[in-house]
Amino acid sequence: MTALKNLDDLRKLRERVKEDLNERFGGEIKIIVGMGTCGIAAGAREVMAAILNELRLRNINATVTQTGCIGMCEREPLVDIVRPGEKRITYGRVTPRDAKRLVAEHVLHGRVVEDLVVARFEE
Amino acid sequence: MEELSLHILDLVQNSIGAAATRVGILIEEDVAADRFLFEVKDNGQGMDKELVREVLKPFTTTRTTRRVGLGLSLLDMAARQCDGGVEIDTEPGKGTRVRAVFRYSHWDRAPLGDIKTTLLTIIAANPELQLEYVHRVNGRIFRLDTEEIRTVLGGDIPLNNMAVLGWLDDYLAQSLAELYGGEE
Ligand SMILES: Nc1ncnc2c1ncn2[C@@H]1O[C@H](COP(=O)(O)OP(=O)(O)OP(=O)(O)O)[C@@H](O)[C@H]1O
Ligand SMILES: [Mg+2]
Repeated sequence: MTALKNLDDLRKLRERVKEDLNERFGGEIKIIVGMGTCGIAAGAREVMAAILNELRLRNINATVTQTGCIGMCEREPLVDIVRPGEKRITYGRVTPRDAKRLVAEHVLHGRVVEDLVVARFEE
Repeated sequence: MEELSLHILDLVQNSIGAAATRVGILIEEDVAADRFLFEVKDNGQGMDKELVREVLKPFTTTRTTRRVGLGLSLLDMAARQCDGGVEIDTEPGKGTRVRAVFRYSHWDRAPLGDIKTTLLTIIAANPELQLEYVHRVNGRIFRLDTEEIRTVLGGDIPLNNMAVLGWLDDYLAQSLAELYGGEE
């Protein structure tokens, strides 16, 4: 019976979400997690889950995507954060704990978390 | 890898890398047959004969960032260690199906692990992907189809909406708990 009850919840959720859709989907902050085999073996799934969880807790609207191996395997899990109009920052050896910090500091306030940075790119 | 669900995530990453728009995941846990198998199939670009022949050897890859490809050969090693193996069906331009079989009771078989988080991260990072998930455990079955969820949501709410992901998290937790022995 779970399935039916849950679909009902989903319908209700749709009405709720529709109302604030405009507020919640706007200027896009992007978060990209390395998901090659090297990333996954180093814990990328848990890092992405922690990021999603923190975004939800703080009600932040950002797009989370993945990329394959970019050739820095020993620094995985890698997380890139891109705020509109700002430099793209790559963070390395990110743990789920660090992931929370990245959301609270960089995603939310634009403050780069210096001790985890491995690269910076002009967008 | 410490969990089979991480291998499944890794296979789906291959599918996404091959530009798939549809992915099917099948898991069958069968104690009576002493067999644990999973399968990931996609409608991506597929592989030509030469590549498939090489792909289970460490360390074939078409990626350019690293000289070796690890995913499939690691999976093949893990499966063979557990009296099973990996089988690949693929056709250029059509798609690929990778199937991994393990002896269920083999001491070295990794647990499935956190399949819920594997599914949530795939859907969150690929909201447009059409994902069908079928999971059988000793005759019980759980099925999830992102297209059914999309239909209920209507066209304007993406699957990576935070509220939708929260719903999905709860739904998967309940459904998987039932699959493993809760009520009917
Ligand atoms: N589903 C698929 N569709 C098309 N080609 C695939 C698929 N899966 C694997 N391949 C091909 O096989 C190669 C080897 O795959 P494998 O997963 O072993 O390594 P990789 O993906 O290149 O690197 P890694 O898994 O270490 O991040 C890939 O580079 C790709 O060319
Ligand atoms: Mg791979």
